[in-house]
Amino acid sequence: MNRDEKITKIQELVYEMKVQEVMRRKVITVGPTTQMSELREILRVNRISGAPVVEGDALVGIISLEDFIKWLANREDDCPIGAKMTRDVKTLYADEPLVTAVNKLEQLGYGRFPVIDRETNELVGIITAGLVIEGLLRKLEIDYSEEEIHRYRASHIFEDILADRTKLLFEYDVVGQDFERAGESASGLKTTLRRLGIDPRIVRRVAIATYEAEMNVVVYTPGGKISCEIDPEKIVVDVRDSGPGIPDVEKAMQPGYSTAPEWVRELGFGAGMGLNNIQKCADEMVLTSDVGSGTHLKVCIFTEQGRGS
Amino acid sequence: MKSMTLEDVRRVLEAEVIVGKDLLHRRVKMGCGSDLMSDVLAFIKPASLLLTGLTNQQTVRTAEMQDIVAICFVRGKKPTDETVKLAQLKNIPLLATRFRMFEACGRLYTEGLPGDYEATESG
Repeated sequence: MNRDEKITKIQELVYEMKVQEVMRRKVITVGPTTQMSELREILRVNRISGAPVVEGDALVGIISLEDFIKWLANREDDCPIGAKMTRDVKTLYADEPLVTAVNKLEQLGYGRFPVIDRETNELVGIITAGLVIEGLLRKLEIDYSEEEIHRYRASHIFEDILADRTKLLFEYDVVGQDFERAGESASGLKTTLRRLGIDPRIVRRVAIATYEAEMNVVVYTPGGKISCEIDPEKIVVDVRDSGPGIPDVEKAMQPGYSTAPEWVRELGFGAGMGLNNIQKCADEMVLTSDVGSGTHLKVCIFTEQGRGS
Repeated sequence: MKSMTLEDVRRVLEAEVIVGKDLLHRRVKMGCGSDLMSDVLAFIKPASLLLTGLTNQQTVRTAEMQDIVAICFVRGKKPTDETVKLAQLKNIPLLATRFRMFEACGRLYTEGLPGDYEATESG
């Protein structure tokens, strides 16, 4: 996940998430008759910087550390909190999107908003900027830990396996003539290789070669199988089909030579560039074909490590 | 050569954003216009914007394989439902402009978006 994607994800989340998902449910409240002199201790013990003022079940005001400091600075006599609290309390509903809370925190400059249940009108929680951030981080972690774990585990797989030689093998079935699903194998392989932590430039070459080969299997044959063998030095993609075969492999390799039917051309493929493109992506390529029994393509792409040795 | 955000592309092409309204901050380094996916697969570079008149899912597949930033459909074409679904799944923004291919490319080029030849030569 790159930086841009992370930022976007947060933007999405503030619209998706609700106030109730991040608010603190256990709310420390004070009564309007509590003396101002007692407030400091309440705030200190609970490590909070403000509290809703509740009389019976009703929210009647809100008092903050700022109010307390003002009272202290003016050297006023002790008085009930009710005399110093803000009476016009701005609240949020528990089912409002988080973005409303973010906007209100910013626009009104208040540190906290009591959260009210829309149905019962009861005080059900409190929300602060800190809680919003905490909630977003928690959600991001849950959403992304899965993909991160996949990637982390996979990228260490070669180091974790104790053997003189290690190879991984993936197989994909390709259904012929199914243009809609064409590319699923290449897509799955690409995602897997990325998770394995393989260099994106290598992944791209493997993905393009595999996709071109998969399109050929879809367009010209009743179906086939793609297998991909990976070791630390190289990635070998092996494509076998049970199609009609290629009568003249040399001719088929010529750029622009194509026997693609019209429906394929209309879809933007079949320009006779596929095999050339596979060759361009591959370090080694072997194409063998028997008319009547099928075609076998083997593509080898070296990893950084394989290129070095 | 300067790059552009997708928001710039949207403005210059007066385009509708079909997928990825929240991804318009992404940058494209160059443009590529083609109705032939075979060519796109063979020649396009990563970080490109693809302009095409083709609207089937394979345009999105091609974009996925080639790490293309976004696809803009030209001459008022709208993608199929399947194409939209796949683009959402793969997080690939889709735009649509009423301009024809030549004019769409020309507008972007005039605004400073290079083709792959210039973009890779200077970088």
